[in-house]
Amino acid sequence: MEKLILIFISTVLINNFVLSYFLGICPFLGVSGKIESALGMGMAVTFVMSLATGISYLIYEYILLPWNLMILQYVVFILVIASLVQVVEMFIKKYSNSLYQSLGIYLPLITTNCAILGSALFMVTRKYGFLESVVFGFSGGVGFSLVLIIMAGIRQELEDADIPSVFKGAPLTLIVAGLLALIFMGFSGLISS
Amino acid sequence: MKKEFLKGLWNQHPVFRQLLGMCPTLAVTTSAKNGLSMGLAVVFVLFFSSLVVALIKQIVPHQVRIAVYTVIIATFVTIVDTFMRAQFPAISQALGPYLPLIIVNCIILGRCEAFASKNGVAVSLLDALGMGLGFTWGLFVLGSVREFFGTGSILSIRIMPAGYDPLVAMILPAGAFLVLGLLVALMNRIEEWKS
Repeated sequence: MEKLILIFISTVLINNFVLSYFLGICPFLGVSGKIESALGMGMAVTFVMSLATGISYLIYEYILLPWNLMILQYVVFILVIASLVQVVEMFIKKYSNSLYQSLGIYLPLITTNCAILGSALFMVTRKYGFLESVVFGFSGGVGFSLVLIIMAGIRQELEDADIPSVFKGAPLTLIVAGLLALIFMGFSGLISS
Repeated sequence: MKKEFLKGLWNQHPVFRQLLGMCPTLAVTTSAKNGLSMGLAVVFVLFFSSLVVALIKQIVPHQVRIAVYTVIIATFVTIVDTFMRAQFPAISQALGPYLPLIIVNCIILGRCEAFASKNGVAVSLLDALGMGLGFTWGLFVLGSVREFFGTGSILSIRIMPAGYDPLVAMILPAGAFLVLGLLVALMNRIEEWKS
């Protein structure tokens, strides 16, 4: 239990997926203009990521390892993620049309969201167990949503600011992300290893 | 033909103009050498994925094309990863999980979907080569700037005098965002001057 809490805190705050592993930057730069769509995107990613990491663990541990098929690891992981995204997309389309409209193009893009494949790969290199993998995927998603929402809030405020034309758009977002990364470094003393 | 090759090098530069493939761009550019190796790995995967996609575009059903492209890309990434691990273990160690993450690099899927699946083989290869080399020089520049400020050297060759106090933040994640933001702004400025 203690280990799971440690994984949660360190993945959400200290080694945040976006700010210290640079995973999921594309949606971070693209979608994070409105708080509602940031929240929707964050929830979709958290959901897919917890499931994908758990399923990838089971496949890795019980199929790939015993049969010595590690070379297929990447192909298998990406197929798991792609099929999961398809399922989530159909689910959201059926039950919440407004959410589907607002996420639009970004839903299929979750497939190529490196955060999800990244969490499956980190799960393998860090030799997590099943429960740890699911918690790791879930907290990665929570950390991603947290930063996405903070960023959306900042960008809403920045819309009224007078900024030099060359910094408009992506450059400013990147610099704000850099400052956020500096701020999040302050959390690194939270857990003494 | 020439235009298709050149556009990736400047006008539609994948890193500075389209902001694609951000994850490896930011993560591995702690040094010029890492940036260069990642760039070349992407050139290889992009070249061969575009080749295969351009060859089989007629026989892939429209609904499953993304899944098919992704599997093609994953296959070539596995080849690069296995090769690097055997031949250059140190670089493979430094790139870590970011090498397999080339699979979900939006540049590669983006070029396959937006270009190779609609154009002939030769043009697609030129497009892939241009985009890949554009990506490589982008990563090399970003890696050089970060290495220069963060350690005082470029490609491990010492440039600053021994008394230089390195800005360690530059090789930490925060530095990656700051330097890329400033470089993109610089590119915008150059475009403004030109017009």
